[in-house]
Amino acid sequence: MIERSFDVAVIGGGPAGMAAAAKAAELGLSAVLIESRDLLGGVPLQCIHPGFGLHVFGEDLTGTQFAYRLIERVERSGAEVMLRAHVHSVEVEAHDEKVVNVVAPGGVVRVRCRALIYAAGARERTIFEIGVVGDRPAGIFTAGEAQLLMDLYGVLPGREVVIVGSGDVGLIMARRFALEGARVKAVVEIMPWPGGLMRNVVQCLHDFGIPLLLSHAVVRVAGRGRVERVVVARVGEDLRPLPGTEFEIPCDTVVVAAGLRPNADLLERMGAAIDPATGGPVVNELLETTVPGVFAAGNALVVNDLVDYAVEQGERAAEGAKLFVEGGGLPAADWKPVARGRNVRLAVPHYVSGERGAVVYARVERPERNVLIRVPELGLRRFAVAVRPAEMVRLELPRSAFEGVELERLTLEVVPRE
Amino acid sequence: MSEVELVCIVCPASCTLKARLAGGGLEVEGAGCARGVEYARRELTNPVRHVMTVVKVRCGDLPVVSAITSKPVPKSCVFEVVKATANLEVEAPVELGQVLLENVCGASLVATRRVRRVSGAGCPASPASP
Ligand SMILES: Cc1cc2nc3c(=O)[nH]c(=O)nc-3n(C[C@H](O)[C@H](O)[C@H](O)COP(=O)(O)OP(=O)(O)OC[C@H]3O[C@@H](n4cnc5c(N)ncnc54)[C@H](O)[C@@H]3O)c2cc1C
Repeated sequence: MIERSFDVAVIGGGPAGMAAAAKAAELGLSAVLIESRDLLGGVPLQCIHPGFGLHVFGEDLTGTQFAYRLIERVERSGAEVMLRAHVHSVEVEAHDEKVVNVVAPGGVVRVRCRALIYAAGARERTIFEIGVVGDRPAGIFTAGEAQLLMDLYGVLPGREVVIVGSGDVGLIMARRFALEGARVKAVVEIMPWPGGLMRNVVQCLHDFGIPLLLSHAVVRVAGRGRVERVVVARVGEDLRPLPGTEFEIPCDTVVVAAGLRPNADLLERMGAAIDPATGGPVVNELLETTVPGVFAAGNALVVNDLVDYAVEQGERAAEGAKLFVEGGGLPAADWKPVARGRNVRLAVPHYVSGERGAVVYARVERPERNVLIRVPELGLRRFAVAVRPAEMVRLELPRSAFEGVELERLTLEVVPRE
Repeated sequence: MSEVELVCIVCPASCTLKARLAGGGLEVEGAGCARGVEYARRELTNPVRHVMTVVKVRCGDLPVVSAITSKPVPKSCVFEVVKATANLEVEAPVELGQVLLENVCGASLVATRRVRRVSGAGCPASPASP
């Protein structure tokens, strides 16, 4: 068994992990980046569409181009990279001592570190989790599987496609299928509004004449050997199928794009508290979980629609790790909870100290127009023309906003502009 | 011309625009930045889109390489680009930014991934010079 030792170990070589490892090394820490696949990059490596990096690089890059930019930054930073290295478990031996058990090609490696940044991304929800019954023939894919087949291996998974879910992932896959000559029969969405960005509804569906069925659900898949058709029904306000509204759509492929959940199993096993609203860990403004010295970033923390935010979180976690390593722990603080107010479904971080600036990432419950996003206790407010559940709200709480303010808690709320 | 509602697709902010052609000029409401105004003008006169696809690769460590148009092409030309690439095959290695096809709908098609060469049956260590 091999033993290695670093100031900080980063789990997951996607955008958040790459940014975290590079930043940690740039800040002078010894850092290792552990990735289970045979190359760094994470999700963007299989995204061939543009829309990546507008904030981080000030350019509109494809996912692949974006991934290479970050890979180069990791290489320049001097962080060590372990590929084909799967993190199996983590032992928390002491307050500032953790051991990461890594299954690597050369055998098991025990990586000893003082701080840990967990950036293992999210996993896709499957057809089993969304209540679709019926046959289980060939031809059912998650969106990520279909994307990997098409864009990394050049295989078209099917010719007549029904897509379940209208989040960005579903919309983007609809366009990919249409561009490669498949027929996308419908994108079926259970909610009364599209799950993805409006720009993707326009350029992925409208451009190709693909029907979007809102307030509809795929209830059953039928087919022997291969998918032959799906049964779709209209749903009521309770999101249950309305009897008598069923109809069939013939197809040979079903693509499930039913959302992502943070991949938080390892964190849970370390004893980290999990927020049911995000599915990820409870964190403070430095993105430290309830396990001291264990930080989280990217989709493992909260599902991000913008890669830029995942990168920002990775860097923030690295700054936290630096403070932790140098101080033998984060300085004691009087943590104030961030409460979710009107029309806020989730908000991260969960605690702030007021001793430094913080960035809050949030999602609304339902679409709304002409609103103020505000934190009344700090007198902070920002106007937004529109907020949608698909688009994460990012709000900076500058250090100066906390000055001279006595706080017990903060409330993030979205209210109509009077 | 009457008012048209458009959703700006320049960046993920997805501003809702109200555009009106009036007296030879264009009035745009709701754009968060100047690029939104420009988008509305183009969308009403000559809408353009980037096209992305994959192209077959011989002797590579991956069977295809991803590619994008060097600039947006007219929307009506999108399928011409994909058709032109359907039967295209390039030989590894492929570098990032390498031009895979020139002059399609006024743009070229450039590689957005790196594909390394692997040698084996029918694939000598370096590509045959064209
Ligand atoms: C289809 C699709 C389209 C998107 N389009 C856009 C877009 O246009 N613009 C944009 O800004 N964003 C887009 N995004 C969002 C963006 O891709 C994500 O926000 C970003 O990838 C999150 O980065 P991450 O590092 O948290 O996770 P990931 O990219 O998922 O990376 C996690 C990494 O951790 C590794 N890992 C997991 N478990 C282990 C383990 N136990 N041991 C070792 N390694 C492990 C995985 O192999 C993976 O490489 C899109 C996402 C999808 C799915």
